[in-house]
Amino acid sequence: MARSLKKGPYIHYKLEKKVLANVESGKNTVIKTWSRASMISPDFVGQTIGVHNGKTFIPVYVTENMVGHKLGEFSPTRNFRGHGKNKK
Amino acid sequence: MARIAGVDLPRTKRGVIGLTYIYGVGLSRSQEILDKAGVSEDVKVQDWTDEQLTAIRTVIADQYRVEGELRSEVQLNIKRMMDIGCNRGIRHRLGLPLRGQRTKNNSRTRKGKRKTVANKKKATK
Repeated sequence: MARSLKKGPYIHYKLEKKVLANVESGKNTVIKTWSRASMISPDFVGQTIGVHNGKTFIPVYVTENMVGHKLGEFSPTRNFRGHGKNKK
Repeated sequence: MARIAGVDLPRTKRGVIGLTYIYGVGLSRSQEILDKAGVSEDVKVQDWTDEQLTAIRTVIADQYRVEGELRSEVQLNIKRMMDIGCNRGIRHRLGLPLRGQRTKNNSRTRKGKRKTVANKKKATK
């Protein structure tokens, strides 16, 4: 179900602070985060964000098209390598 | 013959039903369109007058995306998701269901016909 508009998009406040600080100082350091549920706001564009997938931080370079999606969508938590290959 | 948005409508059906043969028009949209065009829902497609037909055509052309335009829009949305590599895009690429359904069984619509794995039982040495 969609989130109520009244509340506005959810972005973890520390993550937002870090992103804004990064934008202000013009740096492009990777910001690591566990907050997969955070929405990507227009401020994020051009930043690289390390999104935790339960094991590692996957670097996600945010482009304009990604605005409105959540960070977790870009960091798959499962790794399916296909079914039984010939073991010899 | 009633031809709207490049589709032939079935002549012997009621107007509301006939319009649903257009891609992008279902029952509720069909009712909306007829309401805006000021045509009764119960008039058969073959009984539409020319004025009614043009009224319906203009309503559809001005206010709705149907047929080719809508199809290409949907395709573009899918392509966008595949390009940004989000979860739904990845699932589109793999041909698996997008919305968290199980894939152990079923999901045949997305996965296509069953591909039997030969000699699965004999695999043990």
